[in-house]
Amino acid sequence: MLPLFEYTKGMREEHTSYCPGCTHGIAHRLIMEALCERGELGRAIGVVPIGCSIVAHNYMNVDMCESMHGRAPAIASGIKRVHPDNIVFTYQGDGDLASIGTGEIIHAAHRGENFTTFFINNAVYGMTGGQMAPTTLIGQKTTTTAGGRSEAANGKPLRMAEIIATIESAAFVERVSLDSPANVRKAKKATLRALETQKAGVGFSFVEFLSTCPTNWGLSPIASLEWLRTDMIPYYPLGNFKTKEIGR
Amino acid sequence: MTDNRQLLKGNEAFAEAAIAAGCRYYFGYPITPQNELTEYMSRVLPSVGGSFVQAESELAAISMAYGAAAAGGRALISSSSPGIALMQEGISFLCSANIPMVLLNVSRGGPGVGGIQPGQADYFLATRVGGIVDYHTLVYAPASIQESINILMQAYETAEKYRNPLMLLVDGMLGQMMEPVVVPDGVETIPTTDLHALNPWAVTGHRGSRERRVIRSLRLKPDELERSIEERGEKYARAEIELTSYEAIDLDGAEIVFVAFGSTSRIVKESLTALKRMRIKGGLIRPITLWPFPYRAFDGIDKRTKAVVSVELSKGQLIQDVKLGVNGRFPVKLIHRTGGMLLTPEEIVAAAKNISEVN
Amino acid sequence: MPQIFVKIDAEKCKGCNLCVEACPKKILSSGRDARNKYGYRAVTANGSEDCTGCLNCALMCPDGAIAVYKRQ
Repeated sequence: MLPLFEYTKGMREEHTSYCPGCTHGIAHRLIMEALCERGELGRAIGVVPIGCSIVAHNYMNVDMCESMHGRAPAIASGIKRVHPDNIVFTYQGDGDLASIGTGEIIHAAHRGENFTTFFINNAVYGMTGGQMAPTTLIGQKTTTTAGGRSEAANGKPLRMAEIIATIESAAFVERVSLDSPANVRKAKKATLRALETQKAGVGFSFVEFLSTCPTNWGLSPIASLEWLRTDMIPYYPLGNFKTKEIGR
Repeated sequence: MTDNRQLLKGNEAFAEAAIAAGCRYYFGYPITPQNELTEYMSRVLPSVGGSFVQAESELAAISMAYGAAAAGGRALISSSSPGIALMQEGISFLCSANIPMVLLNVSRGGPGVGGIQPGQADYFLATRVGGIVDYHTLVYAPASIQESINILMQAYETAEKYRNPLMLLVDGMLGQMMEPVVVPDGVETIPTTDLHALNPWAVTGHRGSRERRVIRSLRLKPDELERSIEERGEKYARAEIELTSYEAIDLDGAEIVFVAFGSTSRIVKESLTALKRMRIKGGLIRPITLWPFPYRAFDGIDKRTKAVVSVELSKGQLIQDVKLGVNGRFPVKLIHRTGGMLLTPEEIVAAAKNISEVN
Repeated sequence: MPQIFVKIDAEKCKGCNLCVEACPKKILSSGRDARNKYGYRAVTANGSEDCTGCLNCALMCPDGAIAVYKRQ
């Protein structure tokens, strides 16, 4: 019997605590698949955020550190100094990265840190029950924008990939989406190219995953994918925003 | 006998000693009065195979240091009062994750931005758990640059033995002044492979040959969190027995016993000689560890002592521990200055004379 | 006996149906029978011959509940 697809050894057998249909699980799998395929699972060290995915270290089969809210990129910078040859990555949500952690992510890119940040943008604070995040869309209802986010009161959402791409020492910046098989395949490629960038040591690599949060969006898992396509992607265009040529 | 002493500024001596003790990762942010330490590290650390990073904030600096320490490296941060306040969540996190590290607070007058002159008003911040409750930082208060060097030489071993952050609370005076000191020869750089053996809990990449390691602070299950707090409590109880240290001078027959740490204790020592000339016998208890605090030192106070006097550059913080140590056996008084104003021996003598006459 | 077939781990499946939606041949259907130990009704494959091994279902599964095999 030929396996056409089997769950990656990069993920542990643990049953995940994520809500049904939450695409965190897909992002986890893609990263671990990429590390396995590149033979880097044993040399990887990850830093998880404060947020739903702080528990990622129960599922990802790599050495990991929990971090203070927003500080993962600084922590990864410290780890990379001690183990420059290891593959270091941060896995962060939009509250962790685009709100309290903006200083750290901007300066990790500013220093051209040779690690990779996987940024999960689901337009809401998940773990704490659905408050507005800096990536919450205009008009989107959350527990702190009950009438829908308004530009007057809360400004317009932050496009992190574009922001990071303006930083000279960022070497690879791409935004992908987890809403469909085709986009998941593209997300896998971006994950592999980000890790390749880190391995080549040419600077900071950043992949933004558009992801769902059925529970806090108040939608079914399938309707959440639909909303991601109709509302998020138009505001957060997919594609590559920065690629520094990796010399052979 | 060659005199291998050098005249070194405190901040630079601290940096040199930390490197000699094996520090290879420093993360800092500019803040007076400790900038020379950061600058020294930026010059020297790379030359010994170490890494220097100027962080974007103190929040980032303590986080970087946590990352390096979590990876098994010997990391150091230094800052001053408001900067240390920003680092409190990180320090609390280090304790919860049982991560060893050395921190240096070259404290200045507060509150808020305060001033840049020396102060000791960080006493509570350092010893009273400035962050989340139920954790302690091991806190040492050297009174001279040489003593700071001596403490730094042992700091990493102590921090690693207890797997806990260790802080030197010095003040702007010690940081800025120069003294003839001897910095012992440094330990060799520990190759990272040995780091894995030295710190079997560190994250290094499992290489497919062991279970993955997780350095965690979050414990959602209350029984799990309680167990981690209680286990850490046992560690702290051991520290109280093994690490508590202080200096006691002329307690026998002392009419007044002063209690002071750091640079202030040296001013008190000078006033003891002046008081002796006036036939007022003064003694001194000088805590070297502020946490664990040497409460037992107060059992050595002579029954006939009239008063115990806390002498500090704050509105009265050390005095709380003095009262705990005295435990009602003697009247407790305070002599203090704030804002970066320093006490003079004359001031202490005058206040001591007044106390001696009143009691 | 289908040449290519989808194997679903009923204990891992949370019944989110992302795979049901993604399957171009509509081979998968949302669970109706017994709940697993987490209380979810696992998706089931109807065993038809139509599976082309496109792996859409596996790509969209957030919980690693799907494996796809081809008989030699």
